[in-house]
Amino acid sequence: MLRLLKDTLVSQVVTLWKVFLHAFDKTDTVEYPDVKPQMFSRWRGRIILSRDPDGEERCVACNLCAVACPVDCIALQKAEDEEGRWYPEFFRINFSRCIMCGFCEEACPTHAIQLTPDFEMAEYVRQDMVWEKEDLLINGTGKYHDYNFYRIAGKKIGGKDKGEARNEAVPVNVRSLLP
Amino acid sequence: MRFEVGSALSIGAILFTVIIVAAMLIWVERRLLGLWQERLGPNRVGPFGLLQVVADMIKIFAKEDWVPPFADRFSFLLAPPIIMVVILMSFSVIPFAPGVGVIDSDIGVLFVLAMASLGAYSVMLGGLSSNNKYALLGSLRAAAQMVSYEVFMGISLLGVVALAGTFNLREIVLSQADGWYILPQCVGFVIFLIAGVAESHRLPFDIPEAEQEIVAGYHTEYSGMKFGMFFVGEYLGVVLVSSLIVVLFFGGWLGPAFLPPIVCFVLKASVFVAFFVLLRAAIPRPRYDQLMNYGWLFLLPLSLLNLLLTGAFVLWQEGM
Repeated sequence: MLRLLKDTLVSQVVTLWKVFLHAFDKTDTVEYPDVKPQMFSRWRGRIILSRDPDGEERCVACNLCAVACPVDCIALQKAEDEEGRWYPEFFRINFSRCIMCGFCEEACPTHAIQLTPDFEMAEYVRQDMVWEKEDLLINGTGKYHDYNFYRIAGKKIGGKDKGEARNEAVPVNVRSLLP
Repeated sequence: MRFEVGSALSIGAILFTVIIVAAMLIWVERRLLGLWQERLGPNRVGPFGLLQVVADMIKIFAKEDWVPPFADRFSFLLAPPIIMVVILMSFSVIPFAPGVGVIDSDIGVLFVLAMASLGAYSVMLGGLSSNNKYALLGSLRAAAQMVSYEVFMGISLLGVVALAGTFNLREIVLSQADGWYILPQCVGFVIFLIAGVAESHRLPFDIPEAEQEIVAGYHTEYSGMKFGMFFVGEYLGVVLVSSLIVVLFFGGWLGPAFLPPIVCFVLKASVFVAFFVLLRAAIPRPRYDQLMNYGWLFLLPLSLLNLLLTGAFVLWQEGM
């Protein structure tokens, strides 16, 4: 009888008292629209396309992001300018499908596509969730400030021949007999 | 028109206030739960979120009034109003203050107990007529729980009745002028409190509607205002049990002279309403067999013992 009393009533009363004391604790709620949360710099949010330090588009339309995307939300078309640089003719992300996994950022060989800490992307019209290249491109370099793909890569473009890239040796003339 | 027991003004004011208070409890409960769970609760609609009730009401009225085709239509529609009517009827015998009340019945305590028993029909009919296995399970549990807990709910009150010598609730309040019954009847109070929680099937005794086990119990198939009636009926039950506790054990409107009697009553009752919410915030639900064992093997003998001792005390006092 006494043990039953202890198991039923006494422990319940102790529980009630301890929960009651929570009335004097600080609330953990962040009142979101009024108080903005502090986001982490590596947060995977809204996707952007960055530019290189010279102000050119970094994206070379290699399609690796579109291939890596598990939900197929990226669509783009390659084009080539007169200097031989590749660029996307259009670049479209359907954010109503995007799951912010960041695989596109990992796949990108030129650091062009990057995820940012912005998460406030709600829209009233579903069509507004589809972002075009003009909406995605930003004027800065994003997370990598002095990376310029064409300055490093060995590809020949207008104004930069083979062997002129950074850390690149002049190509070996395989037909020469000199050592 | 004078403000006296049974006048139209008094009846109208009590009906209106009780229903408004029961509706406001939706907001009170959510804010208090938030307070005890270290969050805020609804605070967006209107000042302090007070208009949350209005928003909820608009939502619940705008919902489609739907009766499932497989349900027994007549009893399905009959069930929700029963609980509202029955609990509002019980309020008629509650003495809120001198001159405020609907009737001064000489069988007040018995009337409340009778109405509480009728309330079981609401959940039984609702669950049976839904023709749904979860609703049936819920109503089975509700029927067993309400019938068992009514037994010692009544017995726990008999101690107070024996001390006061009357079933009239107003006279019970008046007889507490030189000492509230909480002191001589503290065991009866605890038993009545537990039985009251079980009668209004609130957490931790909300086994008839345990969400994790049987969807929503007896009101699984209900929607719109028919669900709203069950919902408000539950809060009306909370207010009723709190008022009864105040009347029977805490001296009703009696209190310090500088407070108007009705304010005194409301203050005491709101303490118990808050305690009901605290129970919900703190205590987990027992298993069904634990609930039954606890009732029949522990609370029933305890309430009988309490009645026996009280009766002996009253007889001894009369013999002096």
